[in-house]
This record gives sequence, structure tokens and C-alpha cells, in this order.
Amino acid sequence: MTDEQSARQIAQDVAARKRSAESVVANALDRLHAADNAYQLLVALDADGTLARARDVDRRIAAGQRIGPLAGVPVAIKDNICTSFLPTTCASRILDGFRPPYDAHVVEKLRAAGAVIVAKTNLDEFAMGSSTENSALRPTRNPWDPQRVPGGSSGGSAVAVAARAVPIALGSDTGGSIRQPASLCGVCGLKPTYGRVSRYGLVAFASSLDQVGPFATDVHDLALVLSVIAGHDARDSTAVDEPLPDYAAELDRPPGKLRIGRVREHFAEGLDPPVAAAVDAAFETFRSLGAEIVDLSLPHAPYAVACYYLICTAEASSNLARYDGVHYGYRTPRPADYVDVYAASRAEGFGPEVKRRIMLGTFALSSGYHDAYYLRALRVRTLIKNDFLGAFRSCDLILGPTTPTAAFRLGEKTEDPLAMYLADIYTVSANLAGIPALSIPCGFTPDGLPIGMQLAGPLFAEARLLQAAAAYQSRTTWHTRAPASNRS
Amino acid sequence: MPAPIDEATVRHIAHLARLKLSDDEVHRYTQQLVAILEYVQQLNRLNVDGVEPTAHALPIVNVLRPDEPREPLGAEKALANAPQKAAGFFALPKVLDQEGA
Repeated sequence: MTDEQSARQIAQDVAARKRSAESVVANALDRLHAADNAYQLLVALDADGTLARARDVDRRIAAGQRIGPLAGVPVAIKDNICTSFLPTTCASRILDGFRPPYDAHVVEKLRAAGAVIVAKTNLDEFAMGSSTENSALRPTRNPWDPQRVPGGSSGGSAVAVAARAVPIALGSDTGGSIRQPASLCGVCGLKPTYGRVSRYGLVAFASSLDQVGPFATDVHDLALVLSVIAGHDARDSTAVDEPLPDYAAELDRPPGKLRIGRVREHFAEGLDPPVAAAVDAAFETFRSLGAEIVDLSLPHAPYAVACYYLICTAEASSNLARYDGVHYGYRTPRPADYVDVYAASRAEGFGPEVKRRIMLGTFALSSGYHDAYYLRALRVRTLIKNDFLGAFRSCDLILGPTTPTAAFRLGEKTEDPLAMYLADIYTVSANLAGIPALSIPCGFTPDGLPIGMQLAGPLFAEARLLQAAAAYQSRTTWHTRAPASNRS
Repeated sequence: MPAPIDEATVRHIAHLARLKLSDDEVHRYTQQLVAILEYVQQLNRLNVDGVEPTAHALPIVNVLRPDEPREPLGAEKALANAPQKAAGFFALPKVLDQEGA
């Protein structure tokens, strides 16, 4: 993205009245239409309402009101984040047409900062998936190769930024759903620390793992958005009251001498050679920036996917009990009796992956199996968390691949749920441990598909994470490359 | 861990989860769940004796707020998305049939 289209430049221009929010947003709507025709990334868009909200921003500025750091910035939002002015469906038939009675905390924060929400983006149904193929609507395509998946579950948001339709999009990350599509689409994505951003208004999938975070084309814009959406919120009891740095301002400070961990288990079997080569080259870049590379082991990393899929499905089976065909959402047209209202509405309203996860989670929590599966997974989670605590005694950040391969083909893994789950092998640990992690572009495969690398840090170390990533982007140009048909 | 599951277990689980599955689905989910459960058996290789479970990554307990009255959502908004409503209530089929009642 050229600087003129970065969120920070748009905000500066709009606040100084060099450009109107309306003209910026109108341009974004045109781009979104074009991108949607090519890649099917949208769930909902309301051009008239969006332009009216953009004109409101222009009026606030003309009236001399204080406007926030995202004045006139168009933002696309994953469709599992509640908006009172656009439907919120989680790409599920069971929430078809659902109109939330309130806005999510992050939506309130973005609007107060002057941003204009332009669209709701496609996802794997209820954020369950790694390819956006589990959307009840339609799959989204990767702008680098439309025969390939964009990753998931926040595929639509990643594509909106990759196609340069909007500078910023929000996603949610329960096991990698921001970082994995960011990696597969060649953009930047951040999963903040658990508790850093309020989930009020994020439709719950797995409550001990879910976190909201931004997509952008560079680290400066990630930092700008994080400063806006992070912070305490009494409506989410897990949104902790920790000091909130000005992340964008922190980027102007050099990160100091960093010790960067290289995890042995990340470079074991299953890692595609071009990905390994690109990440190794990134270690060299950090070394040339003065960082010290520390070899280390996270011995329980290989168990993370098994641990994660027991915990997230257990929590999902409980969270999704609320879709009962009674209070809101889909109800079967002719229920045989009142039990059928639940059982048939849910069977007809949920797609195959959501049902599979509800089944697995219900099993893991059921009488006779709870201790052997769910409780054991919670104990293994402690071991995984302790691995990170130990690692961060000898290093400041951990660098590795975000995904084992670049984007895979549509349909390649849909028949094999376990193969799909293994796409999350490097990302789920951060959610289990609660730590922040981001993915930024670090190269391309010989086929021209983007490769992403993941940086992870200790709890609440977002500033350090962003500083290191910005230092890397000051030396490299991977993040400036856009897919061929979307270069501006 | 107990043995992997069969179709009877899958039917029982589907009932607990209030999912009305077709015979085809029961068959398919049984195969897939067996494969997934075989994969997660690897957790049995770890010794977790004496390891505390982690339900939550942050050490937060008992977050309290002042017990003050606030504006509720209101019936109109609460019912706005209801699939069926009547006289300001959520409407459902009868719980007890006439003969049983």
C-alpha cells in the first residue's frame, strides 16, 4: 500500500481537511465491490448508511470537534463482531439476518476514534475453521491465487486488506484465526494478549482463548489500531485494567538489543522448505539489526493442537448452547414438539464443522470422559504455558513460521478435519498461553505465494513485539507487495 | 483414556447436544471423531500427575462491579430477533400435549 493509503495518512489528511471522509469511504466501497466480485469476501455492506456515517465524521471535523486518530479511516469488520447498524451472522444459517441490539466494544472505540465501518467480512462459520470454506454463505478466495484459500477463520478481513480495499480490518483469533490468514494473504495481523482488548460484542466461540485484533499492511497501522481498541472495559470481566501504552508512539523508540528465541520444535518435520528458508532469512535480518539469536526448546509444543482442540470444542459446545431457536436466530419451520425446536433448529441451522465441534466438545465434557479428555487437556495447557514462561527467561521474543505451508488449494483439506486442524500447529500455543503474537510477511514461495512469520512475546509485551516487527519492516519490503491485480 | 467411540455413543452425544442428526451424519461423525480422538490420545504420553489445570491464561479471580441498577435492554429490543413472539413473550410449541396435561 502506498503511504497515501495507510490508515495514519488517511487520518492525518481527513483531520486536516485535505480529503473528506466521504471521498475516502466512497473509494473504499468501490474497491470492496471489485474485490468482492473477484474473491467473495463480504457478508454485508450498506453503501448508503456507510456514506452517511462518513459524512458525520466530516461534520464533526467541520464543527471543530475533537476527532480521534482514525478520522475517516475505512475499516472492515469480521462478521462475528456485533454491529447494530449492519447484520451480524457469523456466516451461519442459524444467525441469518440477525441484527444485534448493541455495538461491540471495539466497534464503539473505532467509531469514537473517527473510523468508518464499511462492511462485514466472511469467515468460517462461528470462526471455526482455517480456510473460510466453512462459511455457510460461500468460500472466500486468496487474491494471490484465487484457486487457493485465504486461510481462516478471518479470511474475509485478511483479503479486504490484502486486496488493498481497506487499510484496516478487524478479526478474531481463537487458535490463529488472525495470524494464519494474515500469513496466507501476505498482510500483517496481531493477536493481542488475552484480556488486552474487550470481547464485549464478540460472538463467543471459546471464551478462554478468543481475542479481537487488527489486520493492516504494516506494523505502524497495527499499532495505531491497537491503541484505539485496547484497554479496560467493565463489560468484559477478562478485559484487565493494565497500563495502556501509546503503541504508535512506542514504535519511534528503538527496541534495544533483543534476544530472539528460535524454537527447535518449530523446524521439525512438516515444515515446508520454502517457509523454513524464509524464516531463517528473517533470523539473519534480525541478527544484522543487532539481535542475539537464542536456541531453545518448547518441549510440549507438539501437543498443542491436541490440547487446543479438546479445550476449544468443550468451550464451544457450552457457548453455542444459546442457539436454541427460541430467543433469536433460525427456528425449524414445523417442529414436532418443543424438544424438536432445539434439536431440529440446531441441526438445520449449524453447518458440518460447527456440529462436529459441538459433538467433540460435548463428548469431552460428558460424564465418564471429562477427566480423561477435558481435564487432562487443561493440565497439558499448564505445561505449554510453563514452557513459554521458561523460554522468556532466556529470550525477549520468539520468532518462527506462522504456518507450515503457504496457502493450500480450495477443497484440499475439507474432507479431512484433522489435516485442517494441523494448519494451526504454530499458532494455537499463543492462545493456550494467553500471550500476544503477530504475523508479518517475510517472503514468497517459488509459486509466488506469500509466506508469513510469527513473533510472540510475554503477556502484555505488545509494544516490544511491534517495535521488533517495525524494525524488521524498516529493512525489508515484503509487506509492500500487493497481489498483481490490486496494485495501486 | 477410555476406548474411542461408536455410533451408539455418537447418538447419545447428539442427544445431549440437542442436535438431530441423520443416520448418514451419525455414521460420518463417528468415523471422524474416532480419528480425532485417536490423534488426541497423544496427550496420554505426558505425565500430568500433580500438574494444576489451567482454565484461563490470566490470574484473574472474582471480578466484581458495584451492584447498581442500570437501564435494561427493554422488551421490544429483546424480542426484536425472536423467531416467534406473542403478547410481549417468546412463543414456543406446548411443552405438554393436551392428553398428557
